[in-house]
Amino acid sequence: MTVLQIVLGAICVVLAVWLVVLIVLDRLPGDLLYGVLAVVEIGLVVQLVIGLVRISGDHGDLNVAAYVGYLVGSLLVLPAAFVWAAGERTRSGTAVLLVGVLAVTFLFLRLHQLWTYR
Amino acid sequence: MSELSTKHGLGRVLVFVYGLFAVAATARALVQLATDASTAPVAYVLSLFSGLVYIVATWALATDRRTVAIATILVELTGVLVIGTISHPSDLDHASVWSDYGNGYGFVPLVLPLVGLWWLWRLGRQGSSPAPT
Repeated sequence: MTVLQIVLGAICVVLAVWLVVLIVLDRLPGDLLYGVLAVVEIGLVVQLVIGLVRISGDHGDLNVAAYVGYLVGSLLVLPAAFVWAAGERTRSGTAVLLVGVLAVTFLFLRLHQLWTYR
Repeated sequence: MSELSTKHGLGRVLVFVYGLFAVAATARALVQLATDASTAPVAYVLSLFSGLVYIVATWALATDRRTVAIATILVELTGVLVIGTISHPSDLDHASVWSDYGNGYGFVPLVLPLVGLWWLWRLGRQGSSPAPT
């Protein structure tokens, strides 16, 4: 895994725990949590750039279509979750954010898997 | 009575998860069909079918079309059980979202239709009772 993926993955785990606590306490996320989500999203853009640089070099037997698909797809998850969660400002909306964060974490693992076993 | 819609409460989470799978399964199948359709055409077409099932389920849940939602989720449940049973866990290159009961996706494809059906059943009971609380 790249350092970026480890850092972003760790932030996602913290976010996930944080969201679970908010859901259990039935409280809504504040600006700080949205700020951290924005940081993760910026990190995903950086990841896309790094990924594109990687595949422009020697990338062995990598499934390029899947790799780029995951890189681009990961960018869409959090904004979609944010918009869909905003439609219902209850713990259900917060749970949508949690699903989004978990999905992004899953995508980190798949990207790592694709690159490692190329 | 917005509480009784399929897209509120747990339904809001369900629609999002179905949406994720709709995009993931469809995109995956299109990539598979576009890059090496000859390797396993049946598996890839099935993969595309699963994507379409998720798209219809997402739409039905998001617009409160319960009959369509129940029918689609039953197809989804049948799909994941049948494909899960006949697929070989080692056959990763030819896999679809439903292969090995959705093992590659944390078994979410297996759990999702059960949660969906339970949710629709619970809403149906609430809707038919004279004074829902």
